[in-house]
Amino acid sequence: MSEILKVGIADLKTCTSPNGVMTLGLGSCVGIAIRDPMNKIGGLVHIMLPDSKAITGGQHNIAKFADTGIEELVRQMERLGARRVRMVAKIAGGANMFNFQGGGTNAVGKVGERNVEAVKAKLRQLNIPIQAADTGLNYGRTVIFYPETGAYHIRAVGKPEKVI
Amino acid sequence: MRARARTGVYMKDVNLDHVSQQYYDVLKEIGNIGAGNAMTALSQMLQCKVDMKVPQVRLLEFSEVGELMGGEEQIMAAVLLAVEGDITGYMMFMVEEMSARHLIGKITGGMLPEGTEFEEMGLSAMQEVGNIITGAYLNSLSSMTNMKVFPSPPAVTVDMAGAILSVPAIQFGIYGDKILLIQSQFYDEVQLDGYFILIPDLESYEKILTALGVPMA
Repeated sequence: MSEILKVGIADLKTCTSPNGVMTLGLGSCVGIAIRDPMNKIGGLVHIMLPDSKAITGGQHNIAKFADTGIEELVRQMERLGARRVRMVAKIAGGANMFNFQGGGTNAVGKVGERNVEAVKAKLRQLNIPIQAADTGLNYGRTVIFYPETGAYHIRAVGKPEKVI
Repeated sequence: MRARARTGVYMKDVNLDHVSQQYYDVLKEIGNIGAGNAMTALSQMLQCKVDMKVPQVRLLEFSEVGELMGGEEQIMAAVLLAVEGDITGYMMFMVEEMSARHLIGKITGGMLPEGTEFEEMGLSAMQEVGNIITGAYLNSLSSMTNMKVFPSPPAVTVDMAGAILSVPAIQFGIYGDKILLIQSQFYDEVQLDGYFILIPDLESYEKILTALGVPMA
């Protein structure tokens, strides 16, 4: 009997086959699913912001940021026996929920895009290839990831389920 | 020297966990007056009586907000607008899907049946409702703080609560793990739950507090 673990906002979880991991209602946040196909160890991190270093003050939630969140997920997977060199990733989210123009680095219209860029940069730095991506556009996504097959299921309101 | 260091770190130290009870009371009062104004405007628009309860002001973890609204996948209608002027940031108004359909039905003269798409007309009606409600709220904020506030035209969406909430969560996430939510219940024939989320930029927090004469902690 397999189990699906729920990952909250600014949260991460690892799992092994046949279990899966899911996160509900990704908007401008990004859900990064990573897997070691050899031993079918996987995990999901739901990040909110691109860069922990851009934030001042005491920030303790490392799963909130693309840089620290992905690093921590990889570390926890390695602890379970996954190997970095074999890891592959799939990403979803980073939507622009409101059709909103306007400047500023934290402008609502840009956060999704900036999150996706930061995720791609971090994965590139860790040498983890991105196998598939479903990012951007203007709608929310619920995602479920199965390390057994690497299937990343994506549900959105009024759209048929997609598997990447 | 000491005084300079204090002002230097003051804004970086803004943390919603340390916001005083007095600040909530003030926000609640603004929410109350704002929602009152909004209800008056809404009943004029709907041409019927609209009653409301005293709004609840709460500081919640991101995850708790989704639960309060019926889960992250609960479909909600949301209106977002940018705020410029003395206070800068964003303001959001959310209602549950069925409430939105009810409101749109009242305005356009026909209920949108469940399962049908929110067509352009429905979305623009929702935009109008959001405009009136948030405008009334911002007016009360503006008159209580004596600061100028200019709202942008609103943007509207219908989607999962979690996805919509990611927008204010990200803005709040820059300086904390919590969201300041103002929940107001109003009734015409049915009960409608509306949620206001005021998202001031970091600098605006200090301005609002100073204008209201409220100490930070």
